[in-house]
Order: sequence, then structure tokens, then C-alpha cells
Amino acid sequence: MSNQLVVVGLFACAVSGVPGLFFSRHRCTGQWIAVIIAVTGCVLGLIGIGAFWCGHDGPEIGLPQPIPPFPGAQSWVGIDGLSALFLAPIFLIALLGNVYGLTYWKQSEHPTNGRKVGLFFGLMPAGMALLVIARNSLIFLVGWEVMALSAFFLVTTEEHDQEVRETGLLYLVATHFSTLCLFALFGLLFTWSGSFDLETMGEDKAGPKEVNALYVLALLGFGLKAGLMPLHIWLPSAHAMAPSHVSAMMSGVLIKIGIYGFVRVSSLLPAPPQEWGVIILALGGISGVLGVAYAIGQHDIKRLLAYHSIENIGIIVMGVGLAVLGRSLGRPDWIVLGLCGGLLHVWNHALFKSLLFFSAGSVIHATHTREIDHLGGLAKTMPQTALCFLIGAVAICGLPPLNGFVSEFLIYLGLFRTLSPSEGLSFARVSSAVPALALIGSLALACFVKVFSAVFLGSPRSHHAAHAHESKMTMVGPMFALAGCCFVIGLLPTLVSPVLMKAAQAWAPELAESDMRLDSFAPLGWISVMGLVLLGAILLAAMLLWNRLRHRRVETQPTWGCGYAAPTARMQYTASSFAQMLVSLFAWVLRPRRQAPEALSLFPQPSSFRSETPDVVVEEGIMPTFRFGAWLFSWIRIIQQGNMQLRLLYIFLTLFFLLLWRGRP
Amino acid sequence: METFVLNTLHMVVALTLPPLLLGVIGKTKALFAGRVGPPLLQPYWDLIKLFQKGSVFSTTTTWVFKAGPVVALVTGVLALLLVPLGNAHGPVSFTGDLILLAYLFGLSRFFTASAAMDTGSPFEGMGAAREVTYACLAEPAFFLGLLVLAKLSGSLDLAGMLGSHVADNWPKQGASLALVVLSWFIVLLVENCRVPFDDPNTHLELTMIHEVMVLDHSGPAFGMILYGAALKLFAFAALIVHLAVPLATGNPFLDWPVFITGTLAVAVVIGVVESTMARLPLPYIPILLAAACLLSAFGIILLVR
Repeated sequence: MSNQLVVVGLFACAVSGVPGLFFSRHRCTGQWIAVIIAVTGCVLGLIGIGAFWCGHDGPEIGLPQPIPPFPGAQSWVGIDGLSALFLAPIFLIALLGNVYGLTYWKQSEHPTNGRKVGLFFGLMPAGMALLVIARNSLIFLVGWEVMALSAFFLVTTEEHDQEVRETGLLYLVATHFSTLCLFALFGLLFTWSGSFDLETMGEDKAGPKEVNALYVLALLGFGLKAGLMPLHIWLPSAHAMAPSHVSAMMSGVLIKIGIYGFVRVSSLLPAPPQEWGVIILALGGISGVLGVAYAIGQHDIKRLLAYHSIENIGIIVMGVGLAVLGRSLGRPDWIVLGLCGGLLHVWNHALFKSLLFFSAGSVIHATHTREIDHLGGLAKTMPQTALCFLIGAVAICGLPPLNGFVSEFLIYLGLFRTLSPSEGLSFARVSSAVPALALIGSLALACFVKVFSAVFLGSPRSHHAAHAHESKMTMVGPMFALAGCCFVIGLLPTLVSPVLMKAAQAWAPELAESDMRLDSFAPLGWISVMGLVLLGAILLAAMLLWNRLRHRRVETQPTWGCGYAAPTARMQYTASSFAQMLVSLFAWVLRPRRQAPEALSLFPQPSSFRSETPDVVVEEGIMPTFRFGAWLFSWIRIIQQGNMQLRLLYIFLTLFFLLLWRGRP
Repeated sequence: METFVLNTLHMVVALTLPPLLLGVIGKTKALFAGRVGPPLLQPYWDLIKLFQKGSVFSTTTTWVFKAGPVVALVTGVLALLLVPLGNAHGPVSFTGDLILLAYLFGLSRFFTASAAMDTGSPFEGMGAAREVTYACLAEPAFFLGLLVLAKLSGSLDLAGMLGSHVADNWPKQGASLALVVLSWFIVLLVENCRVPFDDPNTHLELTMIHEVMVLDHSGPAFGMILYGAALKLFAFAALIVHLAVPLATGNPFLDWPVFITGTLAVAVVIGVVESTMARLPLPYIPILLAAACLLSAFGIILLVR
């Protein structure tokens, strides 16, 4: 039952944009049809997942006989706890994104590319859903490519812009590099297991050497998609250039597919040597700290949010690393806390990051700028968007009583538990992740105070910001839905613990036998109680304040300017000044560039100041390497002249040498 | 019944004692300066006076400006539900409550800094930027200290970490504990904006941190901020007293007076530090905070065997 519903749902999503191609590009009819089909598909999919969680999982869908060229590829698709967990955000965010897109990317306002966005915005979630439920590696790769290519067409929506085309190219190169790694990965899996089916491999088929090779390939291929530092090169600009509902989908869901792939593949392999757990944990920590450090230096609101995705992927990977370590050392409590924390963070990040991208899109829709320092004071003109952004910001900083706190709490608990002695592992290697997580949390807080206050508080810094207006219900509605989800998970984490345990049991079957529960390791009940107490107390204190002020004299005056008579909006502390101290603390890795004015004469001329934080990995790693490669390969052009006779000669020579080399009987 | 009495005692002490700490700090500083100084109970009178007043709000501000004081007060009260005082558990104690404690102060910081930015004043923006920047370095120091305590006690709740284990471990692992006490004292000074990080008595807006953030608050809202700050100071002082004076006889009539004397002694030490040190130039502050992290980190290294 659940399998069929999900398959029908993903098929509906996949074709949702097709009818729109036959309608006028200046009217919204086609877009409405696409949205209706996609929303129906998503709802069907969500019902299917719900049915699975309630225990109505059907048999896997497959072929009656294996097809000769694909030995062993018998079952095609099927749902288990892990797939269900990743399917839920795919369908939820696709549903809300479609509704949001109705106003944000209205067909009549974007006649040139509206239909393209409609088509691929349906195909992308369909590809993701297909690969998540795939039971053999061929289907997995089909879904992977559908997802990767639709994402490319969505990123290059505004292809008339040079910068967008460059971003698209970078993304395409990166995604195909990761596909290449996956080809190698699944090829090796097939060689060693003799089947394309995604089935658990015993230690007899995969020894330590094989496991090491597969882990390297999985980390490269999936890490590139997930945007793990330093493989994040494509991510910031792609998220910034795409339309906001696409960014929400990419940041909230698409990069999690990388996590899914890694978790799935690691579930198939036997326990790796314990070094892998430590390496993954360290990669997560680096990704987290550097991701948020880069975010602090950004001036573009969407680029900033994109760097926060890298940070959150880091947090998720820390949880996964802890689970891998737990598996190597036979510690079920580390597996449960690490994996449940990491996977819950997958959900949480999908919720609050989509919420933040939707809110940012609402701001961009109203003001037509992404520059944080050109905004300000929007809380007055766009109160609902401001509230939604604030909820998303508090959630992403991992503060109680919202959902981000719960997942970080689980990961913290897991990391603290590594202090108890266990064989062959010094606790100091793992426990240094605890202060790293604390640093990530407080840096994220600094960054979101900066964005929220520069965009929504104070007074408007430009006329764009001054003339903003609140967005329509089709845009604000999905935002409030996501904000509501953040509250539900934050206040009632016990609701999601069975779902998480189902996923954890799918990952580590040994957990299913011992009938472990998340509640026995983490005080989820206390989190609910304290969250509700916190909310209640805030309400009470607010009423107290209101009651105090009701009978007293309350005046409004301009802000105290220390006696300066003519303050202007441009004198406010900007986002860049707010971040300056932190950027200079991290200058050793961020390498910020600044052009400061110099007073050269007694009567200085008007001058300007600019600062930027470019991506060091792209600017100083990838680009020089590629330039060197281009120079190197230019030598090959000497033999490449387009002359048919010469080419025949090359073919002959190649064959000749091959015969010499391997031609003997 | 006994738990109920102890919990009531806990909350009464937690809600009434904190402003006295401010009074003690003031008296100590006056003593060093050769002045009589304001009466010990002056902070209480200040709070009562503020709660009687009206308010002036800036035209630039929104509801976020009022949310700042409210959240600061509430998080202070909730934090004191978690921190053990005297010889008892806090009224609320569960595995991992230490994480909630740290993140409650984070929530308070988020809203206080946002409220400061809401005024649009460059001075308050400066204060907010400094507050969140220094917290980024203080937070890892706090968590490193927690790691030491968790390792020593094998427990993941504050009551277990700060309970009888501390007294048992002083003879064995005294060096680690001493390093944590020192590191946490630095964290206390920066989190509560005392000298050498911030001078609460300075009169130049450009150089302040916490005081300049609350420049535009007035009346009851300002009272909430002051009271919330006192609660936070008290919570940190309580943590340090549990570590530095690990006397737990199990007899409430002995433990509570010792504990209260201990917190007042912490206030005296803060007063002494404020009287004998000048505040640091701003560029040196991150270095001192990094030193606090390193102290706790050495505490961990001493535990690696």
C-alpha cells in the first residue's frame, strides 16, 4: 500500500510540469495545473509514508524475473525506515515550495523561464524520491542523475546572466565528479557482492581493504553532493543564484540526499575500522566551524544562508560519525544518540532552512535586493515575514524551545557519553567535538543576530527597504506551516522518536533485536516540559510587563544618539561592522579582502570602502588547479588537428601498441 | 515533603539573593576606594524603584525591543531551576541539563542583542557585536570545563557533576579542578560583563559592552534586565562555589549557610578584581578568553592517562 502510494506520488510530481508546456507562457493556467498535480502527488506520497509508519508497509515492487543484463536486480523499489525518514522532507518541502512558487515565480511575470522552472521543480523531487526508495544501484543512479540534472536547469533559471551561467557550469562539473565516484562505488560493490541489489555485505565479501576503498569513494561522491567542507565548492553560489523556492528545496532537501547516500551505503558495509568514525567526526567538525565562519563574512543574504547549510551538514555528519564509531566499537548508545541526532537534524534543517529561504525570498520579492546592508527596518512593513525569519533563526541556532535544540541536544549527549571508558579509544580524540559544537552554536547565534537585525530591525537603509510590502498569503502560508513544524518537533520530540528509531534500526539491524528506545538514553519528556515552561514563562513575563506599563506614563522618543542632533539611517551599525570582529578573528582561514580609504592629503577626496570574503577553496584551490590543467592540456592540442588521415594514423598506432602489449595468445 | 521544603528554599534563595551580590560587589569596591559606598541593599531599592516607573520607547523599535528584557528575565529564572544550590539538587534535574543551561543563556543573548540592534543606534550595535563575539570564545571554555567534570564524575547532570564527587576528586585530580575553577571564573567575568572585560561604571558609550546594549531601556523593562543579569551572575557564582568549596555534609542547616557565604565570597572576589585591575584594551580580550579555553583544555589533558 505505502509503496504504491509513494510511487504514484513521485510519478505525479515527475509529470506535473508537462501539461504546462502546452499552455500560454503569459498566463498562469499551466502553472496552476502543474501545482495542483504536484501537490496531489506530494500529499499521496506523504500519506504513503504515514501508512508505512503506522505499519502498513507493502511488499517491495519488483520484476517477476531478473533481466539478463542486470544479474540479481530483482527488487526495484521498497521503503524502509531510512527511506521513509528522507522521503518525508522531500514531499513536504516540494508541496510547500510549489505553493510558494505560485506567487514568487509567477508565470505571467516570468514568461521566458516560468515553464522551465515548473517542469524541473517537479522532476527534481521525483528523482530524489526515486533514489531514496531504490533497492538496486541502477535505479539509484537513474534517480541521482534526474535529480542532479534538474537541479542544474533550476540553478540556471536566469541563464541570461553571466554569473548564473558560471555558477551552473561549476555545479555541473562538481555533480558529475560525484556521479563518477558513485559509478566507481557501485561498480566495486557489484564486483564484490555479485549483485546490483542494495543488500548488506558480510565480512566475507568485504574485508577491511574493500571497506576502506568504498568509504573513500562514498565520502567523496556523497560528500560533494552534501557540500561537506572542503568539497562544498559548488554550493554557495548555486544556492544564491537559484530562485528562492528552488534554493529552499536544494538546501533543505537536495544536499541531504548526499547524507542519505552515505548513510545507506555505510549500512550495507560491515563495521569499518574505528579511524573512520574519528575521521568523519573531524570532517563534520571542520565543516561546521568553517561553514559558519564563512557565513559570518557574507553580505548576500542567500549566500549567507548557503554557508549555514554547510555548517548544518557538518553537525549532521558529526552525528553520523559518532554512530559509525559506535558501530566499530560496539556501543549501541552512541549509535542511537548519534544517528537519531543526526537524522533528526536532517529533518530540522529541512524545516528551518526552507523557512529561512522562503522568508529571504519574501524579502527579495519585496525589495529586489539580496544585499543585507541595503535593507533594514522590515519588521515594521513585513511583520509576518519578520516573525517567520525570527523563528527560523532561533531554530537554526539550536536554541530552546525549538527543534534545532533537540537534535543538537542528542548529539551533545552522544558525544558526552564517549567520555565513559571504552576499549581501544582515547576519549580525548572524540570529546574535542564537544567544544567544537559549542563554538558552532555560538557563532551561528552571532551570525543570525547579525542578519535578523540588519534586515528586519532598525530603520531602512535604502528606499527599496523603505517601500517594502508584506507578501501574499500563498507565500506567507507555507512559511507559517514550516514555523509550526519547528515548534511541534521542539516541544514534542517524543512524537518523532519512533520514526527515528525505525530509521536507526534500518541502519543497524542489531538495534532491532535489543528493542532499544531513544527515550531510555535521552530525557525527551524533560525537553518538552522545559520547552513548555519556557514558553509559558515568557508569556507570563510579557503580560507582567504589559500590565506594569498599562497604568504608567509611556512615551515614544527618538533613539538616544548621545546628543548628536542629526542621525541618519546610514549611521546604524551595519551587518558588516557587526561581523567585523569575528571575521578578523577568523582571518587566518577566511582571508577577507578589504579596500580601505587612505587620507593622502590635507583635504581628502571622497573615497569608498569595500570588504568581501571570497571562498578560499574555490579562489585559491580549485581555480588555479583548473587553470593549470587547461594550460597542461593545451599541449595535447598539438596532435589534435582535425585531419582525417592523421586520426586514422592515431587509431592504427593505438591498435598496434595494444596488440603488442596484450596480443599474445 | 522534605523535597518540597528544600525546593521552596531553593527558589526563595534563588530569587531573593542575587541582587545582594551586586550590593556586595559595590561595597567591596567602595572599601578599596576609601568610600562609604551605597548601602548593601541598594540594588533591591533600585529594582523596586524601576518597577514603579513609566517608560520611554524609541520610535525605531518594534516588539523585539520589549522581548529582550522579558527573555533575559525568564531565562535567568529557568537557569536557576537547573543549577543546584546549597546541598540539594535543583528542582529540575535530568540527564543533559547542563546543555539546556548553556543554551538558555544563548537564548537570552540572542534576544538581548537583537533588542539592542532594534534601536538602530550605532553604540548599541557596537555593544551587541562585542557581546556575541566574546560569547563565541567563552562558550567553548564553559563546555571544556563541563567535559572535565563529566569525565571526573561519570555523570551527565549538574547535580551529579557538582555533588559529592567534587570533594572526592579534589585530593586525586585537584589540578584539573583548579584549572576549571579558574577558567570558569574568567567565563563568569565575561558573561556578566565585569572588569577586565567590561566596566559597568564607565561613562563612555563607545567602550561599553553590556551597559550600552541596554541604553534605551527604561522603567520596568530595564528593571527586568538588571534583575535577569543578577540572576545570571548568581547562577555562575553558584557553579563556582560548588567546585571551589566542595563541602557537602548532607545537613541542610550547615550546607546552606556555607553555600550562601561562598557565593558572597565570590562577589567579594569579583569586587577585588574590579578594584585592582584596569579593564583590558578590546583587542586583548579574545586572547584572555582563548587562555580560559586553554586552561580547561589542560584540565582535560591532565585526565588523559
